[in-house]
Amino acid sequence: MSKAKFGVIVFPGSNCDHDAYHSLKHLLCQDTKFLWHKESSIGDRNVIIVPGGFSYGDYLRCGAIARFSNIMKDVVRHANEGGTVIGICNGFQILCEAGLLPGALIRNINLKFVCKNVPLTIENKKNIFTALYNGTKEISLPVAHAEGNYLCDEDTLKSLEDYEQIVFRYKDNPNGSMANIAGIMNKKGNVLGMMPHPERACEEIVRGTDGRKLFESVIQSLN
Amino acid sequence: MYTAQIKITLRKSILDPQGKTVEHSVQSLGYRNIKNTRIGKYVELEIDASSQEEANRITDEICRKLLANPVMEDYTFQITEQSEAEVEQS
Repeated sequence: MSKAKFGVIVFPGSNCDHDAYHSLKHLLCQDTKFLWHKESSIGDRNVIIVPGGFSYGDYLRCGAIARFSNIMKDVVRHANEGGTVIGICNGFQILCEAGLLPGALIRNINLKFVCKNVPLTIENKKNIFTALYNGTKEISLPVAHAEGNYLCDEDTLKSLEDYEQIVFRYKDNPNGSMANIAGIMNKKGNVLGMMPHPERACEEIVRGTDGRKLFESVIQSLN
Repeated sequence: MYTAQIKITLRKSILDPQGKTVEHSVQSLGYRNIKNTRIGKYVELEIDASSQEEANRITDEICRKLLANPVMEDYTFQITEQSEAEVEQS
């Protein structure tokens, strides 16, 4: 029996929460619950998914309001204590705003909403998120965003490279992201943020299963 | 009562594609002497503070904590004290 207990946070405006729930609960058969943003505790959940969508209508900046929602205090505590947190798309933006990951995500360079499957290289496999992708160098995952252009200062970028925190890079940069960054983790390696959607690539019916191994890696890390 | 007028723009070092696009459009109208077009946000709020300094401090705090993200944005603001007529009106 898996020891993973997934918690998928639901903000007003989240719209990939059900994708994540479906993939984890029905396809990977994991103990999965939704966590409403007004709750003050993540309870017994040990893997937190901050899902994609348009939390709070993307008002002010993507993720800027969500980071102050009630549940985020406990998510930050969980992350600081070494707990696993995965932010996908809007979730990545929220984790950056919350200071759990460095940098920020700004408008795509061509100002367009980009929605397609993109090839990614896995830059680091010595972590709890990609350990099971052994032998795989390139995967394909869907992206769907207008603000996925990763930005940080030069010192931060150097630090990301030095500490091998860049987990995924675009092969064909769809948004102008610095250093082709598609996903990064924190120094401790327990918080991941990525613009592509692994939860939307877990069964053949959606034309791809490359996202499965990410969640399977996390599940394995807890057993 | 004080009014804070806050402007938030992308940092100078960051390409502002919206600004660029608008600039091209302005130039196509024949205004060739236009450059460095930046698009940003404008926030106006009223503060019940005991002094100009306090209103300043509060506004700066709000900007740092929420309104602007220092990774990508700069902000400036102006604080003005409301006249008695303005206070009564509101």
